[in-house]
Amino acid sequence: MKSFVRFIAAAALTVAGATGALAQAKEWKEIRIGTEGAYPPYNNLNAKKELEGFEIDYGNLLCEKMKVKCTWIVQDWDGIIPALQANKYDVIFAGMNATDERKKQVDFTSVYSKTPIWMIGPKNTKSDDISPAALKGKSIGAQGSTIHANYVEKFYKDSTARLYPTQEEANLDLLNGRLDYIVADALALADFLNGKGKDCCKKIAEVKRDDAIHGPGVAGAVRKSDTALKDMISKAIAETMADGSHKKLEDKWFKFD
Amino acid sequence: MNWCEYPGAWLGSEVFQNYGCRMASGLWVTFELVAISVAIGFFLALGLAIARLYGSRWARVAVSGYTTFLRGTPLLCQLFLVYYGFGQFREFWQDTGLWWFFREPFYCAVFTFTVNTAAYQAEILRGAIQSVPRGQFEGALSLGLHRWATLRLVVLPQAMILALRPLGNELIVMIKSSAIVSLVTLFDLMGSTRLAFARSFDLSIYLYAALIYLVLVEIIRRVWDRLEIRLSRHMVLR
Repeated sequence: MKSFVRFIAAAALTVAGATGALAQAKEWKEIRIGTEGAYPPYNNLNAKKELEGFEIDYGNLLCEKMKVKCTWIVQDWDGIIPALQANKYDVIFAGMNATDERKKQVDFTSVYSKTPIWMIGPKNTKSDDISPAALKGKSIGAQGSTIHANYVEKFYKDSTARLYPTQEEANLDLLNGRLDYIVADALALADFLNGKGKDCCKKIAEVKRDDAIHGPGVAGAVRKSDTALKDMISKAIAETMADGSHKKLEDKWFKFD
Repeated sequence: MNWCEYPGAWLGSEVFQNYGCRMASGLWVTFELVAISVAIGFFLALGLAIARLYGSRWARVAVSGYTTFLRGTPLLCQLFLVYYGFGQFREFWQDTGLWWFFREPFYCAVFTFTVNTAAYQAEILRGAIQSVPRGQFEGALSLGLHRWATLRLVVLPQAMILALRPLGNELIVMIKSSAIVSLVTLFDLMGSTRLAFARSFDLSIYLYAALIYLVLVEIIRRVWDRLEIRLSRHMVLR
């Protein structure tokens, strides 16, 4: 009888040990990060085809804190969530706002950036009134499948919504004079207004956040099954907030005016 | 419930029902785009083919340059050149009073598709005209018909029978190629499908879009069968 009990105990230990080993195997040593590479200053592919931007530096910093090896994968915005679900990478850092709509598909880490939303337009725009009534019949550009696109379609029903594959194409069309307004993150737009759009365009007004559409801010997105990864990244984000390294990177990349 | 929501409801697809109306209006944009550009393109092509065959030396060189360039470069590249490239010369277009045309993505797409399909159709027509036996031409001339009358009454009707099938292929290719206009903010069938997918993350919507394109192409195939019977009715043995 005694030996039987010992046998059971030994078996239980083996099983426990085995599951322990399984959990070990699932520990994250390497993380693949998906980003868009067309949304400066968050993430951008420069002329040398290298990724740069706040999220690239910040993602690498998080990986340092988590002591994991990270690789970056560039993916078009429209397919960025499906590619996560298809296991092409493990987390998205791409200026993605944690909206309720997206939460149905993915889980979000804690928020690491929250930027105002602007509407910009040509320099000769007289009024700073951006109410739907004032913008009736005007064409408003935004990047497709973003919160900004949803915002335009929800509130500006009498305006023409023009949705572009990337923000750069929307900017180009404002420059070309096809658009009357663009809605996007202030940072992405400030980058444009300080650069190519210097002579043509200006900020018209700040857009009031609509929580249902815009969500609480920008966060990393992971598959719903990867709770451990989500917690690990959120913990690293909290660390960078506490030791000031997050602030340092923000100061480096986010310059208003 | 709107009529455009019924197909989705009938097939039991929530996403197809929710975005059915957007896809119906997208289908209409696709239809307009292809119908207008292929129709205008046909008449352009007729002129180009005739110039290529019977024109002066310079006209022949110009036309073959045109067809070589437009058949040798990707349609998407041409569309971007027109949409973003021409768009950069706004002052020039405003001075010439053409900005209203190049401002709209729809007109830019129609313009690009028209010049592109004209090049393909011109080559089809040229080949078809050259395939009509020379004796037909000589016979008509010997009967005292004018060159234009010969072309219009004798050569072209015979050439059209030969050109019909390739022209149908060109129309089908245009319908499928027109999907690229969603990249310049036009919500054609493909554009509204992309939007539906971006909102719902439900891949099955692409399947329904594929089915709609398939039905479109099948309709054209059947219409073309009828057209061929009609055009070649004098050749049928009775």
